[in-house]
Amino acid sequence: MSLLTVRNLSKAYGAVQALADVSFTLAAGESLAMIGPNGAGKSTCFNILNGQVEPDAGAVELEGRSLAGLRAHRIWRLGVGRTFQIAATFGSMTVRENVQMALLSHHRRLGSLFSAASRAYREEADDLLAQVGMREQARRPCAVLAYGDLKRVELAVALAGRPRVLLMDEPTAGMAPAERSELMQLVTGMARKSNIGVLFTEHDMDVVFRHADRVIVLAGGALIAQGLPQDVRMNPRVREVYLGGDLLAEARANA
Amino acid sequence: MSASAAFLQLLNGLASANSLFLVAAGLSLIFGVTRTINFAHGSLYMLGMYCAVTLIARLGGGALGFWASVLLAAAFVGVAGAAIEILVLRRTYAAPDLMQLLATFALVLIIGDFALWAWGPEDILGPRAPGLAGAVTILGREFPQYDLFLIAFGPLVLLALWLLLTRTRWGTLVRAATEDREMAGALGVNHKWLFTGVFALGAFLAGFGGAIEIPREPASLSVALSVIADAFVVVVVGGLGSIPGAFLAALLISEIKALCIGFGQVTVFGTVFSLSKLTLVIEFLVMAVVLVLRPWGLLGRAAAPARGPAVLEPRLPVPSRRALYALAALVAALALVPTLSTGYTLVLLTDILVFALFAVSLHFIAGPGGLHSFGHAAYFGLGAYGAGLLLLKAHAPMELALLLAPFCGALGALLFGWFCVRLSGVYLAMLTLAFAQIAWSIVFQWDALTGGSNGLIGVWPARWLSSQSAYYYLTLATCSAGIALLWRILYSPFGYALRAARDSALRAAAIGIDVRALQWAAFTLAGWFAGLGGALFAFAKGSISPETLAVPRSVDGLVMVLLGGLHTLTGPIWGAALFTWLEDTLARTVNYWHAVIGAVILALVLAFPQGVAGFARQRFARRGDDA
Repeated sequence: MSLLTVRNLSKAYGAVQALADVSFTLAAGESLAMIGPNGAGKSTCFNILNGQVEPDAGAVELEGRSLAGLRAHRIWRLGVGRTFQIAATFGSMTVRENVQMALLSHHRRLGSLFSAASRAYREEADDLLAQVGMREQARRPCAVLAYGDLKRVELAVALAGRPRVLLMDEPTAGMAPAERSELMQLVTGMARKSNIGVLFTEHDMDVVFRHADRVIVLAGGALIAQGLPQDVRMNPRVREVYLGGDLLAEARANA
Repeated sequence: MSASAAFLQLLNGLASANSLFLVAAGLSLIFGVTRTINFAHGSLYMLGMYCAVTLIARLGGGALGFWASVLLAAAFVGVAGAAIEILVLRRTYAAPDLMQLLATFALVLIIGDFALWAWGPEDILGPRAPGLAGAVTILGREFPQYDLFLIAFGPLVLLALWLLLTRTRWGTLVRAATEDREMAGALGVNHKWLFTGVFALGAFLAGFGGAIEIPREPASLSVALSVIADAFVVVVVGGLGSIPGAFLAALLISEIKALCIGFGQVTVFGTVFSLSKLTLVIEFLVMAVVLVLRPWGLLGRAAAPARGPAVLEPRLPVPSRRALYALAALVAALALVPTLSTGYTLVLLTDILVFALFAVSLHFIAGPGGLHSFGHAAYFGLGAYGAGLLLLKAHAPMELALLLAPFCGALGALLFGWFCVRLSGVYLAMLTLAFAQIAWSIVFQWDALTGGSNGLIGVWPARWLSSQSAYYYLTLATCSAGIALLWRILYSPFGYALRAARDSALRAAAIGIDVRALQWAAFTLAGWFAGLGGALFAFAKGSISPETLAVPRSVDGLVMVLLGGLHTLTGPIWGAALFTWLEDTLARTVNYWHAVIGAVILALVLAFPQGVAGFARQRFARRGDDA
């Protein structure tokens, strides 16, 4: 059985059909890339998966359990972690405190009124930060970080919840090419090792084709192709959508 | 009520809607463009009234004199508005929202005392409008001609504003800035003079609304606060920034009020309800319902999303060990005061301690919580009345009353908070204000239970606490413990989660924090501590009046918090001490002390937009302790 099953998801904003009848699955340990031009429905899909937006129709199941009607914080408790396209962190706190917050939440300690939060789960937080290469910056305020570093903090925060599914919206935005590869290697390695299903969007096709196990392609809210990276790359419909874009240029370069 | 009486009452409501619409339209325009909530808008309306009365007396009550006076009065208020914008508000746009609000509240105090000085405390009756002084007969009843004129006048103003906003270049700029200020700025719209112009127009409308109301009601000082409360409701119900929304809401609320007065008393299941007494509550109930069902108001739209990173809140500093010792030493020093001095010093210190607890409980939700409550005095007052009623009506011992009273505050916060945490920003502020006004109205009008406007008397502490120093020690111990507890919670996982939800609700939800539940709990907790402060206050004074939970008390709390610094830890207690001492000293020694307080607040806001303690922290902060 697949880890995450998405069936016939649809969502309209007024006259705009953001998602139309989209179905796919995500297996444990798999890294699945979702690509498509701007406005294809990627972020809408993510927002539905983590409970921020209600779909008009369709179903999302995590290991057979329906996520319908659950708010974002409940879905996180079931093991769905997420990073945002525009990195969302707690700006008035330090990097470490951001991760500590997620750990406190994971261990259900947020109701505690009188213990000192700054001493809670420090080592665990630092371990997570070390994994994403942010250990040295643990004491810096999030407000002053470079964008790529914010993305790393988000990843550490998402991992603090011991997720079974990780949703990553443009995880490598703001990073140099070498860093991108490094981060994606880390993520896909972790996915395989810990049996996490990773769904990510990405504009850099290099990253997609090098690191994804499988690719799904959205255009105009509909799913137009899915399969192994090399198959999707050669798919005529995908080429059409990306005509003149990265994919075609790249296909030529690789030919 | 007969059908004809009901019809006349409806017409009456339409006439009342006129002035309300003018004020609200001005307020809405100003908010739309400058994002400033102008607390002083009711004061500008009041100025319009007084100016019109004075001018008519000079220019004569003929048709020419009357109408020239009305227009001149409005123009004068418009110019005053421009001056206010240039001299004061222009310097506050970069400051946090709440500091702007504080500046406009200071203007309320200053304008109020100016009017008191210039026109005296008595209401001034204006003349009838020449040519419209008579009455017409409608359905066999007399109806004033002037009211008929007003009914037609409101839509004309709406039309004129609509033409101004849609058919002129200036109007296009105003609409662009209202829809999306950043974009308008990026397109090269000159903020400075657009803001001044809009403020002048808004002030003109307020002055006009006041001047034209002169034949219907006397000019009085109390009008400033009652009109601003009404205008807030209208603007929020209609949708911030929407002129047609303001028109619709003014009609709706005036009609509902008129009908309440018209029906008078009704009997439901054998109980007599006085609907006419409900007028104070009813508009705020309408607002609460509208905000819950349509959070952006009837015709309002969600604000354009802010681009780029959200506004970053400064870090809440962790107090050093030395600072904690200093605070402990302060409490010890305060404990020694009764041995050195008694009488007045102790009374003042007791007040300061109580308000320090009140301010810290407000800071808890407004600063780290990010919930800018404009009605925190409701919970203070519920605690005070809870204590008084438990003692006087339930004949509970004083100690028990003091223990249970905070739960009255918490219960109120639990009820109101459920609605409030569904909103954010200005809308949350307005809803908290509305609930505070509802609580005040109930207390004010429920004579049988609360003593109405007279309040409750004979709320004295138990015998062992009846000496001044004994009660002072009780207050010192309770307030210190309360403040220490609230501060401790700020650094607990709960307190961190509260800050997390404020920084990014999105991220907070995505790590499993139930933001609403968390904020609701914090709101209730703050209500409990405010209630504790209220109960201590009641026993200190021996009496409770409705002012205990009126809007000015809520604003006092905000002033204390903001003076001290919203993003500091100890700021609220310094703010409370400074404000309480200042108010007390001035009230005893200066004639126009409201204006002096206003001027002091204004000076502080302009000099220290981050608050006094915030300023001190910035000034003396060592480099490098950012972790």
